[in-house]
Amino acid sequence: MANPAAAVEHHGHTPTTTGLDHRKVAIWAFIGSECMLFASLISTYLIYKGRSVVGPFPHEVCSPPVCDTVMKPILNIPVTSASTFVLLMSSLAMVLALAAVENADQPKHTLGERILGSSKLWLFMTALLGTTFLGFQAFEFTSFVHEGLTIRTNLFGSSFFTLTGFHGAHVTAGVLWLLTLLAIDFKRGLKPKDALIVDIAALYWHFVDVVWIAIFTLVYLIH
Amino acid sequence: MATTAAAPPYVSTHEPSNTGIWSWLTTVDHKRIGALYLVTALTFFMIGGFEAEIIRAQLMHPNGTLVSADTYNQLFTMHGTTMIFLAVMPLSAAFFNFLIPLQIGARDVAFPRLNAFSYWVYLFGGLFINASWLIGAAPNGGWFGYAPLTTMQFNPGLNIDFWVIGLQILGVSSLAAAFNFITTIINMRAPGMQLMRMPMFTWMAFITQFLLILAFPVITVALIFLQFDRFFGTQFYELAAGADPLLWQHLFWIFGHPEVYILILPAFGLVSEVLPTFSGKPLFGYPVMVYSGMLIAFLGFGVWAHHMFAVGLGPIADSVFGVTTLLIGIPTGVKIFNWIFTMWGGNVRFTVAAKFAIGLLALFTIGGISGVMHASPPADLQQTDSYFVVAHFHYVLFGGSMMGIFAGIYYYYPKITGRLLSEKLGNWHFWLTFVGMNLTFFPMHFSGLAGMPRRIYRYDAGQGFDMYNLISSYGAYLLGFATLIFIWNALRSRKHGAVAGHNPWNAPSLEWSIPSPPPDYNFATIPTVTSRYPLWDHKGDVHEFHEGEPIKTARELGIPMPFPTIKPFFVALFMTLMFTGLLFIHKHNMPLAYTFIFGGAAAMVTSLYSWLLSPLE
Repeated sequence: MANPAAAVEHHGHTPTTTGLDHRKVAIWAFIGSECMLFASLISTYLIYKGRSVVGPFPHEVCSPPVCDTVMKPILNIPVTSASTFVLLMSSLAMVLALAAVENADQPKHTLGERILGSSKLWLFMTALLGTTFLGFQAFEFTSFVHEGLTIRTNLFGSSFFTLTGFHGAHVTAGVLWLLTLLAIDFKRGLKPKDALIVDIAALYWHFVDVVWIAIFTLVYLIH
Repeated sequence: MATTAAAPPYVSTHEPSNTGIWSWLTTVDHKRIGALYLVTALTFFMIGGFEAEIIRAQLMHPNGTLVSADTYNQLFTMHGTTMIFLAVMPLSAAFFNFLIPLQIGARDVAFPRLNAFSYWVYLFGGLFINASWLIGAAPNGGWFGYAPLTTMQFNPGLNIDFWVIGLQILGVSSLAAAFNFITTIINMRAPGMQLMRMPMFTWMAFITQFLLILAFPVITVALIFLQFDRFFGTQFYELAAGADPLLWQHLFWIFGHPEVYILILPAFGLVSEVLPTFSGKPLFGYPVMVYSGMLIAFLGFGVWAHHMFAVGLGPIADSVFGVTTLLIGIPTGVKIFNWIFTMWGGNVRFTVAAKFAIGLLALFTIGGISGVMHASPPADLQQTDSYFVVAHFHYVLFGGSMMGIFAGIYYYYPKITGRLLSEKLGNWHFWLTFVGMNLTFFPMHFSGLAGMPRRIYRYDAGQGFDMYNLISSYGAYLLGFATLIFIWNALRSRKHGAVAGHNPWNAPSLEWSIPSPPPDYNFATIPTVTSRYPLWDHKGDVHEFHEGEPIKTARELGIPMPFPTIKPFFVALFMTLMFTGLLFIHKHNMPLAYTFIFGGAAAMVTSLYSWLLSPLE
C-alpha cells in the first residue's frame, strides 16, 4: 500500500497524527500549565484566609484594637458582580466573533445577519468588554489602596492583589491578542481558513474567564 | 477543490549555509539544537563539578580553611542549582531534542523556532545566574532556597535575587520545550507509530513533559511570592504577619519531588534503549514499563512532604506521605527487574554504553534502598539533614541520571557525529567513574549516620567522620579525572573516531535507519511502521539506508525546510534583559530598572511579533 503521507508531501505538509493543528494541541498543554499556576495562587489565598493579623479584611469588620479605626469589609460584591457579568459577556462576544469568522463566506441578507456576522465588531466587543473589566479592576485596586489595603498591608492584601493582579495581567495579554486579530481582520480580513487562530484565542479567553469565575466564587462570594 | 494536475514540488528559495557561527545562532534544526544543549550542558556539568571539587577540598580534613563559610554556602548552592537546572535537565533536553523526532519518524519538532528559543533562554539563564559569581554574590540559600532564610530580612544581598530571577528564566525554557515536545509526540508520529509502538525513550520523555508542565508553575508561584516579599514588601513569608512558616516548603516540594522524576525518567528511557540493543532481545515487559513510568509520574505528585518529615506535620500527614513514598518504590523496582530480565538469556555485548546502563541498575538501586529507608518518618528523623541524604540523592542522581546519560552519549554519539567514541577511553571513563563515584558517596552513608550534618563548611576532628570525608574527597578527585578522560574522548573522536555507519549497534528503532549523521530532513520518505522494532522485524515500510547510497538534499527531494532565523535568539535575549532589570530594583536604581524592564519588554514584544508574523518555511 502506498505511503499515504508521501502523497501529501509533495504539497509540503504531512497530516498530523490526530488531525488537529499543532497549535490547537499546544494551547491545551499551555492551558494545563496555567491551571497549575492559578491553582497555586488560589490555594495560597485560601490557606491564608482568616489569618491576617491586621485589617482590612475581605468580609469582616475590623475593629480596634486590631485596626486603629473601625474598617468595613473591603470587598464590594455588587460592583464585582457587575464586572464579572462584563467578563462573562465578553466570552459571549468571543463566541460570536469565532462564529463570524467561520461563516465569513456565507452571504448576509438582513441587517441582523450582518451585525451578528461581523467578526470585526465582535472581536472589538470582546476586547472592549475585557478592557472594561480591567477598568473595574483598576477602580477596585485604587479604591482599596485608598481604604488602607495595599499589597503589603497583610496576608489578605498580598494574596488578593497577587492573585487578581496575575489574572488581570492574563486578561491584558488576551486583550492585546484580540486587538492583534482585529488588526489582521482590518488588514486582510479573517476568512474561514483563519478560524483556527481565532479558535485558539477563544480557548485562551474562555480559560481566563473560567479562572475569574473560580476567583469570584472563592474570594468574593464564599465567606 | 482538488486539481487534476500535480502541484509543482516545493522549491526553497532560501539556501542557508550550514557552517559558521551564524548558522548555529539561527538554527531551528532539532539535531543542531540538541547538539547545542549537549555541549552547553556538559560545560555546566564541569562547572558544577569544579564547585564540588572545591567543596571536597574544603571538607577533606577537619577544620578546613580553604574557603569561608559564606563562600561555602555559595558553592553548595550553585553546585546543586547548576547540576540540576543547568546540567542534568539540559542533558535530558539534548536527547529530547535530538531523538524524539527521529524516533517517531518526523522531520522536526512541532515548533522549530520555539525549540531554538528554549535553548537560547537556557543559555542566557545559565549565564545570568553564574554572572553572580563575578560580583561575589552567588546564590547562597541552598538549591531549595527555604524562606524565611531567603527573605530580605535574613538575606539582604543580591544572591537570592540572582537565584529567583535565574530560575524564573530557566522555567520559561523548560515550559516552552515541554509544550513543544508534547505537541510533537501527540501529533507528528509516522503512520503506524501507535503510542504503544513508540520507543521507550520517547515514552519516558513524553511522561517527563507532563511532569514539567504541571510542576514548574508551582515553583514559579513560590518564586513570585519570594520575589514580591523581597522587592515589594508583601507578607507571603513574613512570620510576623501571620504567614505560614511552611508555605515555601510545601510549594517548593510540590514542584521539587516531581522534579526528581523529571531528572530520572529520561535516563531510564535511555537505559531502555541501550539494554535491549546490547542484549539482542526486545525490552522485557514493554507495556509494564510504560505503565510504571506513568505511575511514577502520577504518584510523584503525592509524596512531596517526605522532604518535610522533621517539621512537625503531625502523625497523620507523616503516615500518609510515608505510605505513598513506599508505594512509589514499587513501579521503580519493577523497572529494574524488567531490565534484568531483558538481559537474561540474551547475548550481552558489554560495550561502554551497556556498562553505563548496567551501572545505573546497580547504583540507582543502592540509591533506591536508602530512599526507602528515608520513607519511614521515624527513621528519617535521624537521617534527614545529615550526609545520609547526600549519599542517597547522589546515588540516584549521579549513579542514576548521569550513568544513564553517559550510556546515552556513548550510544548516540555515532548517530550524532558519524563516528564512534573510543571504547578504550570509554572503559577507562566508566571504571574510574564507577570506582570514583562509590568512593565519593558510599562513605557518606556512614558519616551521615555518625551524625555529620549537611551544609556545614567544616567539622571538628574526632567526631567519627574524618576518615569518611578523606575517602570521599579522594573519590571526588578521581571522578574529576574520569570526567576529563571522557571530555578528551568526546573531543578527539570527532576527527579520529571510527566511522560509525548508519547502525553500528544493530539497533531496532527508526533513528538507526538513516545516515549518521542524519541529513537535515531526517527521512527521505516518512516511514510506515507496523512494529515496535522496525529494523529487527523488517516489517512496515521502512527504508534502511546503506552506506554507499547517495544522500540527496532537501531541495532535490522537494522537502520544504524551515528557514533559519535569528528571531528566537533575540526574543530570548530581550526577555533575559527584561528580567535582569529586576535586579536593579533591589539596588533602588529605579531609572535603570525601568529601562531594562520596559525597554527589554518592548524589544521582546516587537521581536516576538516579527517572529510570529513571519512564515516558518
